Amino acid sequence: MSDYIIRAKGIKKYFGGVKALDGVDLEIKKGEVHCLAGENGCGKSTIINVISGFYTPDGGELEIDGVSYPKMTPQQSIAAGIQVIYQDLSVFPNLTVMENLALNMELASGRKFVSKKRFREIAKEAVAKINFEIDLDEKVENLSVADKQLIAISRALLNNAKLIIMDEPTTAITKKEVRALFSVIRDLQKQNIAILFVSHKLDEVFEIAERFTIFRNGKNTGAGDASELTQEKFTYYMTGREIKETPFVYEEKPGAQKVLEIKNLNLKNGFKNVNLSLGEGEILGITGLLGSGRTELVQALFGYHKADSGEIYIRGNKVEINTVKDGIKNGIGYVPPERIVEGVFLPQSIKENISIEKWDEWAGPLGIMNEKKIEEVVNEWVEKLRIKLHDINDPMNTLSGGNQQKCVLAKWLILDLNVLILNGPTVGVDIGAKFDIYELVKKLAANGLSVIIISDDIPEILSNCNRVIVMRRGEIVKEGLTKDMDEASLAEFAVAD
Amino acid sequence: MNKVLNKDKNLTRILAVFLVCFVLFSITQGKSFLSVSSFQSMGKLFPEFGLLSIGMALALLTGGIDLSVVYVANLCSIMAALTIKAMTPEGDAGIGAILAGILVALIVGMICGSLNGLLISAVGIPAMLATLGTQSLYNGLGVVASKGSSVTGSKPLSSFVSMKVAGIPMAAIIFVLCAVVMIFIISKTTLGYKIKMMGTNMKASAFSGFNNVKLTVLNYMMIGLLSAVAGIIMLGRYSSAKADNGSSYTMQAIMIAVMGGIDPAGGKGNIQGVCVAVLIIQMVSTWLSMYQSISDFYKQIIWGALLLVVLLLNFYINKREVAKAAKK
Amino acid sequence: MNNKTKKILHSSEFYVGVIIVLFCLLIQMRSGQFFTGNNLVDIIRSFSIPVMFCVGELMVLISGGVDCSFPAIASLSMFVVCKYMENVTTSPLPFFLVAALIGLVFGILNGVIIGKYRFPALIVTLGTSSICWGVMQGVFQSREYPLCPTLLAVGKAKLLTATNAETGLSSDLPMITVFMVLLLLLGWFILNKTMLGRGIYAIGGDIIAAKRAGFNVFGTTVFIYAFSGMMAGIIGVFRACMLQAVHPNNLEGLEMTAIAACVLGGVSITGGKGTVLQACLGMLLLTIVSNSLILLGISTHWQNVVTGLIIIAGTAATAIQNQRNAKKLAVKLTES
Repeated sequence: MSDYIIRAKGIKKYFGGVKALDGVDLEIKKGEVHCLAGENGCGKSTIINVISGFYTPDGGELEIDGVSYPKMTPQQSIAAGIQVIYQDLSVFPNLTVMENLALNMELASGRKFVSKKRFREIAKEAVAKINFEIDLDEKVENLSVADKQLIAISRALLNNAKLIIMDEPTTAITKKEVRALFSVIRDLQKQNIAILFVSHKLDEVFEIAERFTIFRNGKNTGAGDASELTQEKFTYYMTGREIKETPFVYEEKPGAQKVLEIKNLNLKNGFKNVNLSLGEGEILGITGLLGSGRTELVQALFGYHKADSGEIYIRGNKVEINTVKDGIKNGIGYVPPERIVEGVFLPQSIKENISIEKWDEWAGPLGIMNEKKIEEVVNEWVEKLRIKLHDINDPMNTLSGGNQQKCVLAKWLILDLNVLILNGPTVGVDIGAKFDIYELVKKLAANGLSVIIISDDIPEILSNCNRVIVMRRGEIVKEGLTKDMDEASLAEFAVAD
Repeated sequence: MNKVLNKDKNLTRILAVFLVCFVLFSITQGKSFLSVSSFQSMGKLFPEFGLLSIGMALALLTGGIDLSVVYVANLCSIMAALTIKAMTPEGDAGIGAILAGILVALIVGMICGSLNGLLISAVGIPAMLATLGTQSLYNGLGVVASKGSSVTGSKPLSSFVSMKVAGIPMAAIIFVLCAVVMIFIISKTTLGYKIKMMGTNMKASAFSGFNNVKLTVLNYMMIGLLSAVAGIIMLGRYSSAKADNGSSYTMQAIMIAVMGGIDPAGGKGNIQGVCVAVLIIQMVSTWLSMYQSISDFYKQIIWGALLLVVLLLNFYINKREVAKAAKK
Repeated sequence: MNNKTKKILHSSEFYVGVIIVLFCLLIQMRSGQFFTGNNLVDIIRSFSIPVMFCVGELMVLISGGVDCSFPAIASLSMFVVCKYMENVTTSPLPFFLVAALIGLVFGILNGVIIGKYRFPALIVTLGTSSICWGVMQGVFQSREYPLCPTLLAVGKAKLLTATNAETGLSSDLPMITVFMVLLLLLGWFILNKTMLGRGIYAIGGDIIAAKRAGFNVFGTTVFIYAFSGMMAGIIGVFRACMLQAVHPNNLEGLEMTAIAACVLGGVSITGGKGTVLQACLGMLLLTIVSNSLILLGISTHWQNVVTGLIIIAGTAATAIQNQRNAKKLAVKLTES
């Protein structure tokens, strides 16, 4: 018997010529919560795939519970008590909770036929492990992300798990649900189950983890007790550079015209009686829970929804915004939260993704695309925003998340915007790129662009905005300057009932 | 030129296939293959399915599919034949009747296409199901209009379509005109670029301020127009119209579009490639029919096998290119 | 209202069922001939072959694919066994076995290509479909052909004869309908009672999750298409038995009917959802409509128009509902 559930030493894994893992170590003690962090492409998912037996390492030693595995299959990994909860949760939306819980077990035991009775017994056993109450006959597609996560966790526990790997479990759930998840994790810990917790959020690491390991470019850059960690160290280990945020300073010019004013804006099942204004060069943060109406509000401003009543003024002129086209015409740009689904055309070229809003304006007779002008301007912005790429004719999916997000920004910045709305601009973006994006936004604001940022991440809002509003149930419940606010009270406003 | 070829590897490949086929066929069947009459007969044949293939390519570009193209073509040709018949009770159609017939065909094609587009974008029915429904609808309307038999009496249109200008069949000239217009729209204009962008991501397109409904309707309207032109050519060639002519063209059109480099997932590819693929298919077809022992039905085997081979080929070529890009 | 009745009232089966009943009543009112023994038997007769094809198509659709090749596979198998085996044996069983085998080969071809490369199933099966038609018409030079006595007997075997007292017309209910019932039950059993069947749903729901859960995704995909192909071979021979002759091109276009029937019944075209009952109801609706136009005094020329309109209306109803759900905002505002 060993004190460690996992001891990985000098693990190497190559893909073609790329060193995904270049001799990394990872040691997890029994019953501990261990945090694994690192930027995209640092080798996090590769090591997870090695531990769960999907990849055979090209070098190094892997020991599970004191037993060495030179070549491990996924089945052996499961038998040794390793369970992975993927970021997408790997649940079947079209099947019932019961089936989702029971199918894996039944498959593993080689059953050929379905017994509803046995399914139900297994499912009951599974949910009992974390005292999770749910209608077993409900289809999973009708559940919230948090409930789906609990299903994935209870399913993992069925196999006598000794180590549960959770890949960024907190990205898609609300603060309240994160708290519930953490209490489940603490319960598991009491049952001597170790958790490998993959996360970028330092506050979470502090709260839940005992020890941490950080990778960069397939190598270890730091490991130790979570209590020793500071924000500076954490980002340094991940990015390899010292990142110092400059706080955003904004001075209102007295008597200046407001860029945007909203009066009594209403949308059924969206938001209610919203009044707000935005000065030139201001960065306004909007926070609130999912379903607080924050997204609906900015989408109505952009024209994706049509408000039922109320008035919108741009630089003092009343405007009608009924379609996205109207929104763009009035100088409003919107960076949507789900970049891959809503923001970019992945298989299309970078050039086209960036220039898309200007095609009609630059087009020649018969709508001929002005290729020359497009290339010229795109190159200019690629340079301005320091987007890393080989060729502007390459498809968008050759870029990293951060660079893709910069392209989305470039697409809007080409226009002469009045207001730039960023909805969750740093989701799925590395810390380094995140920092770059915020620095850029602050620079743009200093040059007179008005910005609205929507985020769950209250510290992010506090350090990058000069003013903040909190929404709850479709209404603005708190508004003020960020320098007068602190994280705890803002979070309270968002959830209080 | 070099730059263009480098940029569009798919077009380069398909041009190479074209040349290989051409040389091979010239060697094996030199005398009959390289004759003027053989080219003229090819020129009469390929425009029908060529136009339908371009239409299918447009549908695939938006990430959709159009199973109704053939039946739109037939409905258009029936309506044109009926118009010509109605305007010439004595059976001797003048130029006015023919023009009216063509106009009716184009309008019917436009309406059919627009209905497809509306069902897909405004109502939100998946393209395959929407055009499956309209396929039956347009076929049925054709049966009703033609009372289930073929409509004859369009001789003058026939002679117009089979006319030759400088030795080139009129049908081929019409095809080239349509192809040039479509190539221009898809690879040179903002409309074409917008259609391709929308084909890869509907949501991002909506968030970019594009009117997806308008773009889809326009796109399917163009498909309807191309089908109508194909219908006119078919009417001219058979000098009669029937509701179920050329039913195997649907599958052939999909095959040619995929072979021509259109990604069935949407957004990628161009019409140039499709046009070359049309020519290749026609050459292969003509070459095969020079061998007496090969029945026409063997072509179906070849088309089916070719479709699968092209899919496999594209798969491995893409895989290699991704691997190459990763090494960069 | 309790939960269960609510669920039933919201199910697509319920709506399609209601529409079928209303339609039947309408025809009965207009013609007085719908609920007569021979008409009902006629409907079952024309329902039986297409609905059998629906079982395979249903599995394919649930897995997230589509199969357009079964009419070609069925026709090829039918023609080959009916033409080349008539002097080989006098027992019907070998005919069906060989037909099943031919179907199986093409089904496996579909399954392997789609399972391994994940190409769009529509395009792959269109390709194999073309190959099958070509082989039948080119290699075997298909044409209309008389059916051998062995199979004639299979087709003539009947369960009962229904005679309309008023018109004197009578219709036979063939034994083949027994096979239809068995096949439908088999489809239901595989989909609901075996892990293989749950695997089909799992693949349609989330293929990556299915792989991680330990389902043999490739094997299951091959099974689905192989099953569809094999059944197509058998059903093809049944079709010839029922028509009492070999019409090689008679099944052309049935793929579209089968897909349309499944979707009308409530099977999801994007995969993951669908039941045998839904497929049956969808096919029943299409069959009743196309069989009853004459009873309604409408020329059969209108048949395709009506079918097309039903497909459009049925798919539009689901599409509009989906669009509405997708657009619906759901922020709970405080009551004022």
